[in-house]
Amino acid sequence: MSSHHDPRTALLPERDIHKIPVMECRALGIDFGGLTAVDDFNITVAPTEIAGLIGPNGAGKTTIFNLLTKVYKPSRGAMFLNGKNTKHMTTIKANKAGIARTFQNIRLFKEMTVMQNVLVGLHNEMNYNLVDAIFRAPKYWRAERIAKERAHELLSIFNMQDDGERKAGSLPYGSQRRLEIVRALATNPCILLLDEPAAGMNPSETSDLMENIKEIRDIFKIAILLIEHDMNLVMGICEGIAVINYGRVIAKGTPEDIQNDPVVIEAYLGKERENAEGHRH
Amino acid sequence: MERFGIKTPVRYGINAFLLVAFILAGYLITQGGALGRAQNIMITQVGVFIILAVSLNLPAGYLGQLPLGHAGFMAVGAYAGAIFWRSGLLAGYGSVVVGLLIAGVVAAIFGVIIGVPALRLRGDYLAIITLGFGEIIRVIIMNLPSITGGAQGLQQIPRHSSFLVVYICVIVCCLVIHMLMKSRHGRAILSIRENEIATESCGINTTYYKVMSFAVSAFFAGIAGALFAGNQGILEPNNFSFMMSIDILMIVVLGGLGSMMGSIIGAIVLTSLPMLMQELMQGINQYRLIVYALLLIVVMIFKPSGLMGTYDFSMSHVLEKAGGLVLRGKKKGGDA
Repeated sequence: MSSHHDPRTALLPERDIHKIPVMECRALGIDFGGLTAVDDFNITVAPTEIAGLIGPNGAGKTTIFNLLTKVYKPSRGAMFLNGKNTKHMTTIKANKAGIARTFQNIRLFKEMTVMQNVLVGLHNEMNYNLVDAIFRAPKYWRAERIAKERAHELLSIFNMQDDGERKAGSLPYGSQRRLEIVRALATNPCILLLDEPAAGMNPSETSDLMENIKEIRDIFKIAILLIEHDMNLVMGICEGIAVINYGRVIAKGTPEDIQNDPVVIEAYLGKERENAEGHRH
Repeated sequence: MERFGIKTPVRYGINAFLLVAFILAGYLITQGGALGRAQNIMITQVGVFIILAVSLNLPAGYLGQLPLGHAGFMAVGAYAGAIFWRSGLLAGYGSVVVGLLIAGVVAAIFGVIIGVPALRLRGDYLAIITLGFGEIIRVIIMNLPSITGGAQGLQQIPRHSSFLVVYICVIVCCLVIHMLMKSRHGRAILSIRENEIATESCGINTTYYKVMSFAVSAFFAGIAGALFAGNQGILEPNNFSFMMSIDILMIVVLGGLGSMMGSIIGAIVLTSLPMLMQELMQGINQYRLIVYALLLIVVMIFKPSGLMGTYDFSMSHVLEKAGGLVLRGKKKGGDA
C-alpha cells in the first residue's frame, strides 16, 4: 500500500455506484399467527444515503430489520437489493448480496479476540480451502496476511487497532457496539443496518458515533439504515426518515418534515401537544 | 519488556524437531524392551484415547455442541479397519495406512449421514439423537454376524497398532485439528459456538461448518477405532457402548472444553490411571467409576471450565518467554 494517501481510502470497495436504489421494499409485511407485526412497508434507500427508522417501542422496527436480513420470511411483498429480488435468499445469501447488520442486544463472539471477530467478518474475503489451511499453503499465508491488514485498517476507523488481542467480551459497552459495526463492515456490504447503535452511550460518545457514521458512509460509499431512539442522532445525520407505529409507516420525509408532522408527534406523545425533541421512550 | 520474536519457519522447525525426537525416543523405549507387555499396551491405549478426546473436542469444545455418539463412529472405524486387515489384501505398512484411511473415511461418511439431520437440533436434543445413533450402530453391528462376527465379535485382528503407528496418528490428528482451528474455517466454527445468528449474518454457512466439524471428528474417531482394534486384537460390539462415549466426553470435559492440551492431558490421566491402579492394587478396577465420578465432581467444583480451561499450550510461546527472559538478563548484565 502506498503511503502518500489516507490508508483508509484503500478500503474503498470496488463497486459500481448505480443510480438504482441500493434497497427497495414493496409492500413488505409479516404475520405471526393472527398478529400483523409489519404491514405495507415501503421504503427506498439510495446509494450512500443515511436513512433512519424511528418509532415507539414495539412498533416493529427490529422486525423490519429481521425481514430485511432474511431472519424472517415475509408473508407479503418483495424486497430488492441492488435491483435483485431477495425472495429466495437466506440470511447468508442476503449478506453475500450486500446487506450487513448489527444487533440491538449486542451479538459479538465474546470469547474470541477483537481481531478474530473482525476476521470472522472477513471470512468470505479469504479464498483458501480446507486443504490449503491444513498444509499451510502459500495461499493461506497470503490471504491471512491481507485479511489481518484489512482488519487493522477497519479497526482504525474507531481507533481500536491497539485492542486487537483483547477479548471482545472484555471491551467496554460502547466499544462493543463499535466492534459490531466494524465486523459488519468487514463483510463488504453495500447497505449497513444499525440497530440502535447509540444505545447505552453517553452524549459525547454519541456525537463521536455520529461523526463515525458519516465518515463510514463517505469512505465506503455505502448506504446506512439505522434504528435509533436518540433523536439528536437521528435528526442530526439522517437524510431521510421513516416513522413506524403499529407495524405501519405513518410518516416519511426529511428530518424537518418529521419534526413538524402532527401524526408523528401524536404517535410519540399522545394527543396533547408537546415538544417532541429530545424525548425518549 | 522486549518481545523475543521467532520467525515462523524457525518455530515450525523447532516443533517438528521436538515431535520427531519424541517419536524416536518412544520408539526406542518401547522396542528396546524396557517396558513390559502390559505397559506397552497401556501406552498405545493412551494414544488411542488422545485421538478420541482431541477429535471429540472439535464438536464438543470448539463447535459447542454435545454429541454423545462418539463410540459409534469409533465402532464403524474399528470394524472397517479390522475387516480390511483381516482380509489380508495388502501387506506391510501399506496395509496399515490403507486400513486406517478406510476406517477414517467410512466413519466420516457416517458422520455426515448422522450430522445432517442431527445438527438441525441443538443442545440436549442433539445429545439424545447422537446417543441414539451411536446405539443403533452398535446394534446393527451385533446383528450382522456374517460380516462383523455378531455378538461374538471379530478375532485374530492383526496387531498393527505399534507405538510408531499410533503416535504418528496422534500427531497427525492434533496437527490437522490445530491447523484447521487456526484458519478461517476454525474461526467460523468458534463463532458458531459464540453466536450462531451473528455468524450467519456474517455470511457464513453454519450448517456446512457444523457438518464439516462432525465429519472431521468422525474421521479421526474412526482411525482411533481401527487403532483400538489393532491394539486389542479382538473386537466386541459391547466395547462401543454408550459408556465408551461417556468416557471420552468425560476426558474432554475434565481437560477443559475447547483446549486441545486439556484433552491430551485428560486422556493420559484418565486412561493410564485405572491401569496403574490395577497394578498397584488388584480388584480396585471395580471402583473405577466411583473414582471417575469423584474426580469429575471435584474438578467441576474447583475448576468448572476443566483442568486447562480454554488455554492451549504453545511451544513457541514458551520459547519466546524463555528467550525474552534471557534477553532481559543479558541487558541487565550489560548495564551494570
